[in-house]
Amino acid sequence: MDLSPLWISLATSVTATAITFVVGLAAAVWRERYTGAAMAVVDGIFLLPLVLPPTVVGFLLLLLFGRHGPFGKLLLRFGATIVFSWPATVIAAAVVAFPLMYLTSRAALEQVEPELLQAARTLGASDWRVFREIALPLAWPGVLAGTILSFARALGEFGATLMIAGNIPGRTETIPIAIYFAVEADEMQRAFTWCAIDIVISLALLSGLYYWTRTQGLGRARRMAR
Amino acid sequence: MLAGWRVDMALDVQIEKQLPDFQLNVAFSASETPLSILGPSGAGKTMLLRCIAGLEQPGRGRVSLHDRVLFDSDQRIQVPARRRRIGMLFQHYALFPHRTVAENITFGLQDLSREEKAARLSTLIARTHLEGLAGRYPRVLSGGEQQRTALARALAIDPEALLLDEPLSSLDTHLRSQVEAQLQETFAAYRRPTLLVTHNIEEAYRLGEQLLVLSRGKVAAFGPKEEVFRHPPTREVAQLTGCKNFSRATKNADGSIEALDWNCRLRVEQSISKPPAFLGIRAHHIDFLEATPAGAPSENVLPCWLVRASETPFRITLYLSLSQPKADISSYDLQAEVFKEKWQRFRSFPYPWHVRLSPDALFLTPE
Repeated sequence: MDLSPLWISLATSVTATAITFVVGLAAAVWRERYTGAAMAVVDGIFLLPLVLPPTVVGFLLLLLFGRHGPFGKLLLRFGATIVFSWPATVIAAAVVAFPLMYLTSRAALEQVEPELLQAARTLGASDWRVFREIALPLAWPGVLAGTILSFARALGEFGATLMIAGNIPGRTETIPIAIYFAVEADEMQRAFTWCAIDIVISLALLSGLYYWTRTQGLGRARRMAR
Repeated sequence: MLAGWRVDMALDVQIEKQLPDFQLNVAFSASETPLSILGPSGAGKTMLLRCIAGLEQPGRGRVSLHDRVLFDSDQRIQVPARRRRIGMLFQHYALFPHRTVAENITFGLQDLSREEKAARLSTLIARTHLEGLAGRYPRVLSGGEQQRTALARALAIDPEALLLDEPLSSLDTHLRSQVEAQLQETFAAYRRPTLLVTHNIEEAYRLGEQLLVLSRGKVAAFGPKEEVFRHPPTREVAQLTGCKNFSRATKNADGSIEALDWNCRLRVEQSISKPPAFLGIRAHHIDFLEATPAGAPSENVLPCWLVRASETPFRITLYLSLSQPKADISSYDLQAEVFKEKWQRFRSFPYPWHVRLSPDALFLTPE
């Protein structure tokens, strides 16, 4: 059996989660500093991938990254095309996972007592140090939850991926896409196997992370109670 | 650094800032003696400290510390909080919960070498009596220990001024006197501009040398604390500093004062340049005569009747009427406070009792 969908799915999800982690957290930090009427619109845009059907997201990405799209044209100048290649699966997964990372980490950062950040500033800490040493550690459980949700969402991504990356076995065929085309071709055995693999991966990941955060959280609580 | 704190620092503040209900508009300066800022909740006290620390931006004004301009709206100078070198003690201490006492205290000592950091830490721990607690996390500390950790953390950066926001308000009563003593010790050694915000009159008096009374964003009084308490410039300041007894007043041709609400004529030691509007006396300055005066009425002695009394553990507050008492117990003319021992001695005297309003305890205000 060709295991390439497994490796592609994992590589795509890990890469997309890494990108989402940085971009989502940066967006959350940036958004926390500004409060203006225009921010409602910004919030709306940030959350669109969560509410739109994945096919719509995929279609919009196709318009942006296609040969005639603004990003597509730019990439073409460097002789690169993204559509229907592996990076397209990463883009699709990162875009749909972004709102989860953004929302969860923003909520976690907002929970951090503003006086703690101000106290750090009066003690001479730069903005980066305040974030790195005070805000992030205190918001960490929430940030981690956002990361897990993002990974799960990236792993399950189907619609947008199909639109922008297609189904090229060995290159863009992720597990969900492999399942869809197996069913389509009436290969029920293959579909069943991939379903089972997907369930096992998701369960292993989620329970592993659950135990890790729990022991981490406990260790942390125990340390702080000393 | 702790032994050799430079003394000759002055903090000059002139701030205007629009707040939701009123405008904060204050000007004052502080040098080596601690300054208490007293005012009711919502008078703008905390906002004032935050503006000085650089956590809020004033609308207009100028803040300078020794030879550094920290804020100047005309010159568009706005030094960020992290470069102001002002130690701030937050009301709820704002200790970093994920860092130990030692890590909290040394947070501001980034740039020092490991050895210097350790040396300064041990000096600060000794100074704030935190021995043995360096490895603990804030949540297991008592209120007093948390406060000392916050103080040590603020002092660690060798601040050029120290701002304390309600330093005793989140402590249990039995801890306060202990923490107060610790603060007094720190202030005595620190001798740089120290501002302490409180709504507690006694705290303000005990911890500060200078007193600034803030009311709805304005400086209502500013000066040595004894002076502000003895001769409050306005009736409002007298009230804010705890005075309970006021009467409208006019000056008679012979120099005596007519107390219109008390319906009597009194001699007052203090003379003020403007015509007096009010006359006041503090509750504990009212003196009860333990013998009925014989013959002609003596100076500043008034007959009175008890309306009701209210007890605290050691003192008693007596609400007095200066004429035959009415049935209505909410109407009284004077509120007096005496120790219970004294009250035991005259409580069984026949009415009317006699009180003396000493001429040097009475004060006049022009508004």
